[in-house]
Amino acid sequence: MRELDFLGATMLQLLGGVPLTVGLTAGSVAAGAVLALLLALLRANSRPGAALVSAYVFVFRGTPLLLQIFFIYYGAGQFAFVRASVLWPFLREPWCCALLALALNDAAYASEILRGGFAAVPKGAVEAGRAVGMTRLLLLRRVVLPLAIRQALPAYGNELIAMVKSTSLASLVTLMEVTGIAYAIISETYRAIEVFLCAGAIYLVLNFALTRAVAVLEAKLGPAGT
Amino acid sequence: MSEAVIEVRAVRKRFGAHEVLRGVSLTAHQGDVVAIIGASGSGKSTLLRCIPLLEAPDEGEIVIGGERLDPANRHQVERVRATLGFVFQSFNLWPHRTVLGNVIEAPVHVQRRPRGECVAEAEALLAKVGLADKRDAWPNELSGGQQQRAAIARARAMRPRALLFDEPTSALDPELVGEVLRVIRALAEEGRTMLIVTHEMSFAADVSSRAIFLDDGVIAEEGPPGQIFRDPATERCRAFVRRHLERHLGR
Repeated sequence: MRELDFLGATMLQLLGGVPLTVGLTAGSVAAGAVLALLLALLRANSRPGAALVSAYVFVFRGTPLLLQIFFIYYGAGQFAFVRASVLWPFLREPWCCALLALALNDAAYASEILRGGFAAVPKGAVEAGRAVGMTRLLLLRRVVLPLAIRQALPAYGNELIAMVKSTSLASLVTLMEVTGIAYAIISETYRAIEVFLCAGAIYLVLNFALTRAVAVLEAKLGPAGT
Repeated sequence: MSEAVIEVRAVRKRFGAHEVLRGVSLTAHQGDVVAIIGASGSGKSTLLRCIPLLEAPDEGEIVIGGERLDPANRHQVERVRATLGFVFQSFNLWPHRTVLGNVIEAPVHVQRRPRGECVAEAEALLAKVGLADKRDAWPNELSGGQQQRAAIARARAMRPRALLFDEPTSALDPELVGEVLRVIRALAEEGRTMLIVTHEMSFAADVSSRAIFLDDGVIAEEGPPGQIFRDPATERCRAFVRRHLERHLGR
């Protein structure tokens, strides 16, 4: 009985971290998606742009996310010009540092996924859009992006799940999201197994909901392939 | 004589070292059905694609409804393209939209007409090509012949002043050719202005009001279908038509 009480109390405490976990995921994924789209378009439309983007992807995909978070959290404050800049009130906050690192990292992966999606857009569908007099913007909005996103969605779903889990690294820059709270409880109670099981269950539920949402979106965007 | 709907003036087009069109001119008036025939590589598809500037001619002019197209003026080109219906060899339906979605896409988003009106019109167009019951199907659920008929309904949804067909039956299994040709024939009988690039000689002979034989990037012969298909003046055209009619009868 006492065991169940402990699990229940732990669960309640951990659930207090869910808003931060979800907030970090949603914020970084949203910012990452916008940046990824810009990177993918830059890569597709200019040669120097492509070189720049592949360098960006190389760096952010090739180094550990934890290192990137530490780099921004501990590193940014060392530069006087950063401390003097208007961004400092933001970069001083661990929440912003973690969000920034997660978004930059996500953008690197998502832009690669989107690039594959763009490459899979059938030429004929684009040509049909041109033939009916679509402007380039309309063509992008109504034909190219929906098809590219539809093609990229299964891979992007994996990336979203990875992002949910990656937010646990934010606990290492003092943020009390689900893993951070779990760690705090363990340091008081030394009951690592129970606490981490509860935390794991929360991540599972979050990712289950996310997987369902992606599946619904896939169905809404129409059949895969051509 | 009525006003010319489509005028092609001395168009030249080169891909790399190969000059595909070497000075081609043609005029289509209201109600004309122009069949464009010729061997593979003679430039007939390129010629058709030059009309809405899907390919930009290197030289020469395209005039649509009296308006000369300026390839640098993207706004004008887009506006004029919306007045021409183009039917592709490989259908090119949008795979992420249903059949109805394909048909109403351009009227709603390019012409910005009211959605309800576009849906009603699209349903009538789909009924006309025999696809009323397929309005909610995805393109990949249709046969090639059904996809091409849907593509014809899509091209007509813009209320175009002319329809351009680029080998509309060449990608189809032989048993599906007939259903698409019947739809095109019905349009010809309604007096629509059409340019048809095709290898279906007997069909072209039947529906066209004028035929053009393209050979190696120039118009080698042009005239009423009775002349082109039954009594060509040039030896090249005679040989080409005979070869194709034989193949047709043989199958």
